[in-house]
Amino acid sequence: MIAPAELRLPRRGVPHVLTFLGGRLLGGVAALLAASVLIFAGVEVLPGSPASAVLGRNASPAAVRILTHRMRLDRPAYVRYSDWLAGFVHGSLGDSAVALAQGTTHAPIWPLISGSLKNSAILAAIAALLMIPFSLGLGALAAVRAGRPTDHLISLGSLAGVSVPEFVIGSLLVALFFVGLHLLPPVAIVPPGADPLSHPKQLVLPVLTLLFASLAGGIRMVRAGTFEVLQMEYVQAARLNGLSERRVLLRYALRNALAPSVQVLAQNLQYLVGGVIVVEAVFAYPGIGSQLVNAVQVRDVTVVQSVAMLIAVVYVLINLFADLIVILLVPKLREPA
Amino acid sequence: MTHRLRFLRTTSGAAGCVIVLFVLLVAVLGPYVAPHASTQPIGAPFSGPSGGAPLGTDFLGRDVLSRLLFGGRSVIGLAAAATALAYLVGLTIGLVAGYSRTIADPLLMRTVDVMLAFPPLLFLLVLIAGAGSSVGVLVLGVAIIQAPSISRIVRTATLEVAVRGYVEAAVARGERAAAVISREVLPNILAPVLVDAGLRFTYSILIIASVNFLGLGLQPPDSDWARMIGENRAYISLNSLAVVAPAAMIAILTIGVNLTGDAIARSLGRSYVPRTIRSVST
Repeated sequence: MIAPAELRLPRRGVPHVLTFLGGRLLGGVAALLAASVLIFAGVEVLPGSPASAVLGRNASPAAVRILTHRMRLDRPAYVRYSDWLAGFVHGSLGDSAVALAQGTTHAPIWPLISGSLKNSAILAAIAALLMIPFSLGLGALAAVRAGRPTDHLISLGSLAGVSVPEFVIGSLLVALFFVGLHLLPPVAIVPPGADPLSHPKQLVLPVLTLLFASLAGGIRMVRAGTFEVLQMEYVQAARLNGLSERRVLLRYALRNALAPSVQVLAQNLQYLVGGVIVVEAVFAYPGIGSQLVNAVQVRDVTVVQSVAMLIAVVYVLINLFADLIVILLVPKLREPA
Repeated sequence: MTHRLRFLRTTSGAAGCVIVLFVLLVAVLGPYVAPHASTQPIGAPFSGPSGGAPLGTDFLGRDVLSRLLFGGRSVIGLAAAATALAYLVGLTIGLVAGYSRTIADPLLMRTVDVMLAFPPLLFLLVLIAGAGSSVGVLVLGVAIIQAPSISRIVRTATLEVAVRGYVEAAVARGERAAAVISREVLPNILAPVLVDAGLRFTYSILIIASVNFLGLGLQPPDSDWARMIGENRAYISLNSLAVVAPAAMIAILTIGVNLTGDAIARSLGRSYVPRTIRSVST
């Protein structure tokens, strides 16, 4: 068994991996810091104080004054920003602004969102686990059948998936599977505290929507990679040696087509983090996306800030993780420039 | 057929163009041919299709067909406005940065990196939480999201063109920088910029429509395809056409734009990266 050179892990070059990752880590932290400023400023700097945003247009000046005090908005913005950030780093997300406005003195955000965070993680994880084999399988299938109807069908389907907004895909799926075929429930309501996995039927449509929207990039990348590799001499040699087409594809072609696809797959994982926001809202699934949309609706600015920051952290972590995998798979990046 | 329209010879390019033209016609001319007003009830809610209302009525008893005919303007108009604003800013910064070859590049790269640190929709939602939902926030927010990556693309294209002989000749003739940029540089980076603009237009549609669907953008009783889906989504079993018809319009519009963009990109001999639509990368 001759492994292509690119796939053998070299024994040297580890220090370079570390510098590369260290650089990426620093870059990630810097990006997050800048993102935190944007998230904080996005809510605070715009006209009108957050307190009057929470209370609405018809609030009495007295009520605004009380909430301003409760939200401790009477301190300078930079002090509040650094307090907020320090609290976030220590895992204390502050109080819900709307709860404070309703007269509660202590309304920590974390218990409010931890359950939905778990639900969202489950939904995204199922979609991610299905996404990888489907991208590989459909991409390879399209490459093997290049130019034939199967290829065209997969290409057109993935173009549609990448073009059409998630809420349109989701609504059309509901029209088909609920109104048309009476097969699946139109919403994915899971009782508070219940495990979403114990309601598998509810999860089918949200997962399908996420899959449809996220598969296209991966499929295109895998198709292009596999198609190119299938033309190479070592693949021809393997064929001439009498190996079965299946073995040629799985052991020789697909492995080498994989490396460039990893980045795209990682981007798709990142996409899932954003995609769940809308998809959860479409299916009323009790996750962090639904919670965020609700918080925006009632203008609970502190919840919006904290959830946005949490999502940004996950987003950047996935990117770092993808960099790590890519650098392990593509030796070229390991060599000093 | 000139070489510029070569993409129309491909099946996907021609089909994409026909689809986009059709949806544009519906959006622009629709309000003039709509049988009813878009905001007045004409009968009982959730009536099925009938002679007076071929697509039935919505959750308030308004004519779905009329709302459909009125509802395309905002989908296309807002996205076009946001894309145009993003380009105005991005193009200016990119041209100046690329032509003057200053230290603007690291700065642009970092700005784009920051924009990539969270999902674009999230940024828009944060803005709406702070400033409230309005058309201005939608357009401005989407423009802010897109401008950094546009300026980066424009800058790269400008750098390439700025060292060509005809630009150096113009500089040697003593023309002012503004004249060189607008007469020599801009026309020569137009092709890649146009393809990019098409992609960003679909992306603007995608994100603005999502916000409108969530009920955080345009407010009732405005008619908008995305809003129609959001409003009638809970009653999909009563008159599914009220959801399916606007969903189909958005679906064919976005697919049409992408088919066209795909065909143009291929005819320019570059690979088409569909990811740019969902994640505004590089």
